[in-house]
Formats: sequence, C-alpha cells, structure tokens
Amino acid sequence: MKALLRPLLFSFALILAFASVTYVLPQMRGEAPEEKEVKLGELTVDGYAALGEELYAGKGTCTLCHNQLGRAPDMLAYDAVKVAAERIADPRYKGKAKEAESYLRESMVEPSAYVVKGFGKKGTDDTESPMPAVHQPPIQLSDVEIGAIIAYLQKKDGHPVTVALPKEAPAAEKKAATAAAPAPAQTAEAAIAKFGCAACHSVLGTQSPLGPSLADVGKRLSVEQIRTSIVDPKAVIAQGFPPIMPEFPNMTLTELDLLVRFLAQQKGAVK
Amino acid sequence: MTSLPSGASRRSVWRGLLPVLLAALLAAGAVGLAEPAGAQAAAEQGAAAEAPAQGKAKPDPGAPKLQRSDYPNLGVSSRNVVWILAQMHLFFGALVLAVPIFVLVIELIGFKTGDDRYDDMAHEFMKVSLTAYAITALFGGTLALALFLFYPQFMGYLMRVFGSQVLVYAVLFFLESLFLYVYYYGWDALRYGNRKWVHLTLGLMLNAVGTTLLVVANSWTTFMMAPSGVDPASGAVTGSIWEIMKGPLWNPLNLHRFLANIAFGGAVVGAYAAFKFLAARTAAEKAHYDWMGYTSNFTAILAFLPLPFAGYWMMAEVYAYSQQMGILAMGGILAWLFVIQAVLICTILLAGNYYLWTGMSRTEGGARYRWLIKYIAVILVLGFLVWVTPHNVIYTGAEIARLGGGNHPVLGPLGIMPAKNIAVFLMLIYTFLSFQLYRRADKEITVAWRDWGNALMIAIYIVASANVIFAGVYYGYFTNTVYKVGSSVIQVMSTVVVIVAGVVIDTLMFKGAKTLPVYWGKVSERSQYALFALPIAFTWLMALMGYIRSSVRTHWHVYTVMKDNSPDNFIPPLATVGNVVTGVTLLFLAFLLFIFWIANLSGTKQVPPEPAGALAAREAAA
Repeated sequence: MKALLRPLLFSFALILAFASVTYVLPQMRGEAPEEKEVKLGELTVDGYAALGEELYAGKGTCTLCHNQLGRAPDMLAYDAVKVAAERIADPRYKGKAKEAESYLRESMVEPSAYVVKGFGKKGTDDTESPMPAVHQPPIQLSDVEIGAIIAYLQKKDGHPVTVALPKEAPAAEKKAATAAAPAPAQTAEAAIAKFGCAACHSVLGTQSPLGPSLADVGKRLSVEQIRTSIVDPKAVIAQGFPPIMPEFPNMTLTELDLLVRFLAQQKGAVK
Repeated sequence: MTSLPSGASRRSVWRGLLPVLLAALLAAGAVGLAEPAGAQAAAEQGAAAEAPAQGKAKPDPGAPKLQRSDYPNLGVSSRNVVWILAQMHLFFGALVLAVPIFVLVIELIGFKTGDDRYDDMAHEFMKVSLTAYAITALFGGTLALALFLFYPQFMGYLMRVFGSQVLVYAVLFFLESLFLYVYYYGWDALRYGNRKWVHLTLGLMLNAVGTTLLVVANSWTTFMMAPSGVDPASGAVTGSIWEIMKGPLWNPLNLHRFLANIAFGGAVVGAYAAFKFLAARTAAEKAHYDWMGYTSNFTAILAFLPLPFAGYWMMAEVYAYSQQMGILAMGGILAWLFVIQAVLICTILLAGNYYLWTGMSRTEGGARYRWLIKYIAVILVLGFLVWVTPHNVIYTGAEIARLGGGNHPVLGPLGIMPAKNIAVFLMLIYTFLSFQLYRRADKEITVAWRDWGNALMIAIYIVASANVIFAGVYYGYFTNTVYKVGSSVIQVMSTVVVIVAGVVIDTLMFKGAKTLPVYWGKVSERSQYALFALPIAFTWLMALMGYIRSSVRTHWHVYTVMKDNSPDNFIPPLATVGNVVTGVTLLFLAFLLFIFWIANLSGTKQVPPEPAGALAAREAAA
C-alpha cells in the first residue's frame, strides 16, 4: 500500500502543477461570431465605420494576420486608401479596380489580385495569396459587412467614406461587386442634385407637388425619421402622396449624412 | 488447450488461414472503397418513402444548417460530455493500439535471442493491454451514444458522408478482438519452434488491423478539420470515400498519432513496471521490473524523439490548408496553450533524462560519463526556460510605458519561435546524448579507431549545436518573416544527423566491445518516479494537444461546411480547458490503477486451505 501511496501523491501533485499553469495564463473566451442586424434607419457614417472596426477585429478575424507581427501587411499601420492607388498602378496588379473602394473590396473577396511582396504562398513567387476570400467560409462576411470594413479603413485616415448605402441585413449574402462606384457628392446641395430630389419635392427654392415639401421637413420629422424615409422610402408614406419615391442603392453614407443634416435644418413655413 | 497439427499439415493450415484473413479484410474494405460515397448516400435516401418507384434517388441535401434550437438540451454541457468521453476513449485506444506494436518487437527479440525474459515481459505487457481493451470498447460505445444523443443532425451528416465505411470499422473492430484474444490466450500454447511463428504472425495481424482501425478513425477527425470529397458550398458528397478520407491532414495525423501512441503506451507500461518494482519483495522481482521499466522508457523516448518532426509536418500541412487555421492555433487565442505544452514536453524530457542518468548506476561503466550529466542538465533547464517564455504578457499601461512597448526588451525576443526552436532542438540533441551515454555505460569499446570515432562523434555534436543556434539566430532575427520557417529545416536536419550518426557510429564501435555487468534492480527508488512522471505528462499532453487540434475548427462542426450553432460553440478560457484536461487525466489514472490491480490480481494465487483437523494434528505432533 505504501508502495502505491507515494507514487499516487507524486502523480496528483504533478497533475495539479500542470493544471495550475492554466490558471496563471490570461483567461480569454473565444466567442463564435454573431450575425448582427444593422438598423438601417440608425445608420451613420460613424456607426457604419465603427461596425467595420468591430468586424475587423472580430468576425472578420483580420487582426489574426494583419498585425505588427509581420504575418500579413499591417493595414492599420498605413493609409490603406493611399496605398490602394499605388497598388492599382503597380504592373503586378491583376485586378479590375479603378479606385480605392473597389480595390479594398476586391482585395477581400479576391486576395490574389495583388499580393504584397513577401506575403505570398510559399513557392508561388508572390502570385497567390494565403488569405481566404472573406465572403466565403469560414469567415463569410456579407456584402454589408465588407462595406463596413471598407468604411472603417477609409475613415481611420480621414478619407471620405464612399461605400454605397447598405440595403440589406448583414446576414443576407450578395455577390460582392467590384465595379467602380459613382463619384460621391461633397455637399448636401450636390447630393440633392445628384439624386434628383427636387423632381418630386420642394427643396432649395424649387417647387414640386409630387412629394411632401422638404422646406419644413426639419420641423415635421425627427432626424431618425428623415434618415429612415431616405433609406427605406416605403416604411412610412406621407398622407396624401403616392408611394413613388425610389430607393437609392448607390447613395454613400457620407451623402446620407449630408442630406439628413441638411434636411433636419429645414424648418421653413409650410407652403 | 489448443493444439495444432504438426509438420507439413501445420504449415498448410497456416497457409490456408492467411489468405482467408486477408480476403476478409479486403472484402470488408471493398464495401467502403468500391462504392462512391455520394452514390451510397443517395442509395440510402432512395430507400425512403419519397423515392420514386423507378429508383431515382434524391439529391444529397448536403450539410444541415442548424439553429440553436436544433440541438437537444439535456441539461448538461453536450460539449463537455463528448469531450470527456472522447478523450477517455482516445487514451485507452492509444494504449491498446500501441502496446501490441512494441510487444511484437520484444517477442521477436526474445524469439531470436532465445531469452525467455523477453517473452515473459511481452506477455505481461499484453496483460495490461487486454484489460484496457475492454475499457476502450466501453468508452467507445458510450461516446457513440453520446454523439448521437447530443448531436443527432451532425452525426447524421457524418453517417451520410462516410456511409458504409463505418461498417468496415465495425468489421475491423471484430477482427481486432479476434486477433487480440487469440494472441494473448494463445501465448503459451504457441511459444516455441514453428508455433512461435504462428504466434508472431497473429501479432502482426493484430497490429495490421489495429493500425487500419487507427487510420480509418483518423479520417473522420481530419475530415472535420479539412473536408475533402464534398461540395465546399453545400457539403454535399461529390467524391468517392477514398477522396473523402485522403484529406490534406490525414497522413500527418496518422503518423503523429502512430508515434505518439507508442510513446504513450511505453510510458504507461513503464509506470506499471515502476509500481511493481516499488512493491517487489525479492531481488529477482526487482531485477525483472527494473528491466521492464527500462525497456518501457526506452520505447517511450525512442518513439517520442521523432514526434516533434511529425508535429512540424502536421502544422505545416495545417498552414498549407488554411493559414488562418494555423495562425489561430499558433498565434491566436489557442497560442497560450503552447506554453503549457512546453512545460509538459520539458517534464517528459527531464524525466526521461533523469531516468537514464540514474540508470547508469546499474553498471560500473556509467561512472565514466557522470561528469557530463551536469552540462546536459544545464542545457535542458535553459532550454526549458526559453521554451516557456511567452512572447508577451498582459501588461498595465504603466508597465508598457516603462518597457517602451508591448514586449519585454530581453525576454520578448526569447518568446518567438526561432528562440524556441533553438531550445527544442538542443534539448532533443542532448537527450540523445544521454541516451547514447546510457548505451555506452555497460560497454568497453575495443576497436582500434576508438579515439577517432569518439572525436568524430564529438565534432558532430559541436557542429550540429552550432548549426541549430546559427540557423535560429540568423534566420529568426536577421531575415524576413518568409525565411524564418526555412531555419527549422536546417535545425531538423542537424538533429537527425546527430541521431543517425550516433546510432551508426556506436553500432560500428560496439563490434567486439567488452560488455560490463549490469546489475538490474540496483537502481534508486527515486528513479522510478520518473517513470510515473512520464505517463502523467504524456496523458496531460495528449488531452491538451487533442483539444487544440479539435478547437482550431472554432465554430464549425466540419470546417467551412457545417457550422456549429450549439450553445458550446465558443473557445473556453484556459482554466476551463485545464480543468477538463486535469479531470480526464485523473479519471484515466483511476482506471489505470484498476487495470494494474486487475493485472496484479491475475497473478495472485490463494494458498489452498488446509484440511479440517490438520492444524490440530500438527499441534499434537509438536
């Protein structure tokens, strides 16, 4: 019995010693990514970019490789928009993008279109990227989520967010587009002109009876209601007006913000 | 009592039996291999009521997309129940598949040398394995039940993918049982002469079937990690069962588990020998179990030395399959677990070395090398310290400000792989030196070129050590990241050269060597604790590495094909992992004690009771 007792005590002590190591190490729990529903009516440029930042470190698992350890280019250490222009001009570039937004989208869904020197798969002479396409498993980012990451990368260095306004929940899958987006408006007036608001609404001194006047919209609707009515025109139909307002799939978040801010200030007399 | 026909007829019986067994194996295999799994799945579904009369099968629906509500809630953590049962099954499975491998080798040595001690020892090892076999089956059955109970849809999908290959597994299991029992219980009946060849062949068949079982079961695991033969989008079966099995990680896992099982099996039976040694009452018993413990340790360390290379291959394939998966394991949330791995492997190396050093006291020749032990110990301890140094720890803002960055200026560089590679390879090289010194301890080398041979061996050690250090420092710290991996090739080659050159040079130098007497049993009791430390560390390590391998799938049942939406689809904190691993290790230890007790019990004979009145008669006579 004594012959057994000592080795047993020794074995227990050793097992507990191993177990104790797990207690002195940092305790982290790795959660499975959750599908988040984006409330389109509450979307702002800041909110969309913040979602992108969250996805960049979370569901997108970008920071696993894109960090300072040299596994992949550290996207946060440089201006991704500026670098995108250099890469598009590089003769090694095999993609179709013409500007930064398309390039960033393409680099996520088709990573081998341009492989940064020294980061290609072994034996491919930097022609094949080891990065997985983010819209496919295991990452499976939706188009809206990819857009959010682009918005984050654009905003972090002070560039205008050119990403098109999301029209669907992130869980919905849609083939990522790589076509160049139309040039975004820089002012509320330009946005009103670009999207033809004056064709139906009275705004900026123009008169049109087809839709409710926007000259006093800031008095009638809250900021959130204005935002919702642009993002989802069919959500609430103004009494006495036909439901003819179209959706604006190419409207960027910056343009949306410009419009909402401008319209919220329109508190003129009802005509 | 079994008896076989003699002479020519005996041989013809065996000649007849062998093809039958082979045919049975092949036929069973053909069931799974000949028919494409897709057709199989379709055929199974075709039997359903919806299948039209003309025999058209429904298309494979692929992997089910489960919601949280699809998982049965039985009031316990499904993952933990399956985790514990699977790990226990794997512990015992590893033991019963590994022990017959080295038992067969020992039996063959005994047969060739005519030394009955080998045969007795091999038989005793099998006694341990036999009890473990029943427990393996018990845990295997319970595990299957738990999987179907907790994850019915997932198991349904796997059944559709693997189809009748699972039946092949069942057939192999029956064959394994058949060969195991005949091999064990036929030991004494088939002990000498030509009958021994029959027995050895039975052992070979047992190992062939056992290894086939291992690789078949491995294919389920590797399919879950890196699926092949299915449509990447839907998970529907597109290839044959062979395409499904031969995923990119299958062979690396096969090799890794094969070697690890032998090391683990050797360590477990070593603990049995140590237990028997400490309990022995006679010098003969002590000598027998000392020798048994030495042989077990020899087996365990021999299988353990190439394991890191198999591990490198495995991780290289993981990276090649998915860099994301590789980085998650080695540089993501699971990376901290490799600090514990370092502690465990260093424990194994220190225990293995310590046992060899103390074992040198069995022979007078060991004193010649004792002075070297302290230097080897220093290398091992330094290697251990470098290996367990983390790259960074969680600092406070003030600490980061004082350090001038997230990494410690001195310890930070020791935390990255190049430093750890240097430590690991030097530890392996100098563990081999301990091994070599132990083998030389009972020999007086007499060849004329003895001094040249020793000088060559010393030169190889120096050059290999310099290579390991130079490659690690130069490629690890002074070149681009992309070249860092290249350094390990030089380090692996240097280590392999030391081992191969050591074996070759010693084999040549031992020709005509004078053998010094070895006093088996004359070893300190303290040395036996190393034989307990080995299986404890191996068991903990197996459970830990199995967890890491499984966890790299993150929230996927089948990576990229079938999502895990169960409540347990997160990676638990390290302390939780430690608790489960400790729990299964303790449980395994408890079962092991039961096995040792049973094995001991089978050799215990009760003294027959004296006839009534015998005592009174004796007293009267006195």
